[in-house]
Amino acid sequence: MTEDRINKDTPYQDLTIGGNIYEAGNAKEFKTGDWRSIKPVWKPDLCKQCGLCFPVCPDDAIPVNKECKREDFDYDACKGCGVCAKVCPFKAIVME
Amino acid sequence: MNNLIEIRWHGRGGQGAKTASLLLADAAFNTGKYIQGFPEYGPERMGAPITAYNRISNEPITVHSNIYYPDYVVVVDDTLLDSVDVTAGLKPDGAIVVNSTLDNETLKGKLKNYSGAIYKIDARKISLETLGKYFPNTPMLAAIVKVSNIMTEEEFMKDMVGSFKHKFAKKPDVIDGNMKALEIALKEVEKIN
Amino acid sequence: MGIRERLSGNEAAATAMKQINPDVVAAFPITPSTEIPQYFSTFVSNGVVDTEFVAVESEHSAMSACIGAEAAGARAMTATSANGLSLMWEMIYIASSLRLPIVMSLVNRAVSGPLNIHCDHSDAMGVRDSGWIQLFSETNQEAYDNLIMAHRIAENKDVLLPLMVCQDGFITSHSIENIELIEDEKVKEFVGKYKPEHYLLNKQEPIAIGPLDVQTYLFEHKAQQAKAMEAAKKVILEVAEDFEKLTGRKYGFFEEYKLEDAEIAIVCMNSTAGTAKATVNRLREQGIKAGLLKVRVFRPFPAKEIAEALKNLKAVAVLDKADSLNAAGGALFEDITSGMFVNNVQVPTVNYVYGIGGRDTTVEELEKVYKDLLEIKESGKIENPYRYLGLRGEN
Repeated sequence: MTEDRINKDTPYQDLTIGGNIYEAGNAKEFKTGDWRSIKPVWKPDLCKQCGLCFPVCPDDAIPVNKECKREDFDYDACKGCGVCAKVCPFKAIVME
Repeated sequence: MNNLIEIRWHGRGGQGAKTASLLLADAAFNTGKYIQGFPEYGPERMGAPITAYNRISNEPITVHSNIYYPDYVVVVDDTLLDSVDVTAGLKPDGAIVVNSTLDNETLKGKLKNYSGAIYKIDARKISLETLGKYFPNTPMLAAIVKVSNIMTEEEFMKDMVGSFKHKFAKKPDVIDGNMKALEIALKEVEKIN
Repeated sequence: MGIRERLSGNEAAATAMKQINPDVVAAFPITPSTEIPQYFSTFVSNGVVDTEFVAVESEHSAMSACIGAEAAGARAMTATSANGLSLMWEMIYIASSLRLPIVMSLVNRAVSGPLNIHCDHSDAMGVRDSGWIQLFSETNQEAYDNLIMAHRIAENKDVLLPLMVCQDGFITSHSIENIELIEDEKVKEFVGKYKPEHYLLNKQEPIAIGPLDVQTYLFEHKAQQAKAMEAAKKVILEVAEDFEKLTGRKYGFFEEYKLEDAEIAIVCMNSTAGTAKATVNRLREQGIKAGLLKVRVFRPFPAKEIAEALKNLKAVAVLDKADSLNAAGGALFEDITSGMFVNNVQVPTVNYVYGIGGRDTTVEELEKVYKDLLEIKESGKIENPYRYLGLRGEN
C-alpha cells in the first residue's frame, strides 16, 4: 500500500477492494510536512527536556529516544501548527 | 380421495382454527400427502373472524393463492354464520361442517343458499366433556377428517397420538382427553342435509 | 436422499441457518420475518448452534453488527422485512461496498405506508441497486436451498458481495408445505468453513477497512463492485451445479416452465410463479401454448440470458409485485425490456403491476393475463403497456 503502488493513476483492477488498507501504520508514508507554512525550530541549549511538547504534537513529529529525551523535529510529518511552541515554558521552540 | 382437496376454515381468533388447519396438514403429511396449511392474516384479535386454509394432494401443489372454491368448509363457531358468507364458492358436491348446538332445521335455514351436504357437530359439548375446557379445534379436526375422508380413521388416530405426545410434551395429562375428544367427534359428527 | 419434512418458509429459513451454523446472527424482529430470529434464538438457547446471537435494538444496529462481525472475520447472517430493511438502508450500502459477504433472509413485505404488513416486493426493489446479490424463491424449498447455496456464492473470492434470499411474506413464510431437507453433515460439508483472506481480527495482518474514499477512488471501487456482480453470474451457476449433484435439484438464473414451444409467457418472481404454473397447465389443456419464466437471480440481472429465452415468443407479460410509481413500469419490466432491446429481441411486452400489499393473485387472474397476451399475439398491438392486475377500477 505504499504510494508508488496505489495512486491516482491506479486502474480499478489493481486497487484493494473497498479501499481496504492491508498494511497497518502506513500513515507515516504520507508526508504532511509540505502542508507547513511556518515551522518550529528547536533550541537545544534552552530545552530542559521537561517533556511537555511531544505529547501535544498531533502528528507525532517530535521523536523521543530510548532515554526519553526529545530529538529534533521530523519535518516530514510536522504541519507547523505551533502547539509545541505554545506549551514550551522555556522558549526552547520558536516558530519561524 | 380426489387428487386435490381444498378446505377453508372459519373461526374466531383464539379458537384454534389456524392450529387445526396446521394439525390437519400435519396428519395428511404423515400419511404421505403433499400439503399446504396457511392462515389468512388480517388484523387479528381474540374473537375476530379468521380464515385458514388447507390444500391436500397426492401431487406436488404449486398454487399459492387463497382458496375461493373449496371442497369443504369447516365452521368452528356457528355465530359466524350470521356475519360471514361461509359457503361462498363452496362446491355443491362438497360439504360444510359446522360446530353448532342449533337444531337441524334452524341450522339448515342459515345455510339455505347451499345445496350440498351439511354436517353438524357439538364440539363444545365434546370439548367440555373430555378436556373440561372449550377447545373446539380438536373435535372439528376429527370431524373434517371423517367427512372429507382424507385418510382412514385408523391412520388419523394413530398419527394424532404421536402429534399430541409431541405437542403436549410438557403437559402429558391432556393427551388422553384430546384423544377421547377425537374419538367421540368421529362418532358424533352427523349429516343433517 | 434428503429428509421429508413439512415446514413453513420461515421455519425452512431458520432450519437452513441452523445447519449453516454461522458465527454471528444479529436481528431485530419485524413481521413477517420475526419467526426466523425467534426460531433461531431457540436453537442458540438449546445449544444446537455455536452462534453468537445479538439481540440488537434496531435493524440499523442489526446490519451494523453483521458488518462488524463479518469485517472481524466471522460469518454473519440476519433476517428482516420491509421497514426493517428500510431502517438498514444506510448500512446495506456499507456492507456491499466493504465487500462483506453477509447473508440475509428477506421475507418480502410492502414498505409502508399506508401501514401494511403483507407481501409485495417493494422492500427488495428498494435495494436493487445497492450491490447485494438477490435470489428469489418460489417456495419454502427454494428459500431453504438458496440459503444453503448463499455463502458459497457470496464468499467466493471473485464475488465477495452480500446476498439476500427473498421469499414472499405470509404466502410462503407462514404456509406449512412439504420440503426436502438436506442432512446436517452434508450441509456443513457443502457450505464449508469461512476462510476470509483479510479480516480485522487477524493479528498477523493489522488492516484498516472503510477508509475515506475521495474523488480519486470511489468510482473505481464502485466499478469493482459492478465487476464482482458480473463475476457472480458464473459463480452462481457453478454453485448450483454442485448443489444439483448433492440434491438433484436444479437451479439456474431462472426457471423455464413449458417455455420451449410457448407462444405467450408470463415473467414473474417468487410464489406467484407457482400459481402461474398451475395456470399454464390449465391453458395447455385448452391447447394454448402458454409458458412461464420465473426469475430466480434478480441481482446480478441475467439480461442477455433472459432475452435469449424470450426471443421466440409472440407476446410476453412481465409481472411486478412492486410499483415503481414512475409512469414507466415496474422494475422487473424495465430490466427485462431493456435487456431485450439491447440484445435485439423484439417481442411485444406488457407490464402488470399486481399483488400490492398482499392482494391475492389467483389462477383465474393469471389466466386473464394469458388471454390478454393471446389478443396481443393476434393483433400485434399493445395499446397500454403499463397495466394493473387485480386493481379495483381497472379490470
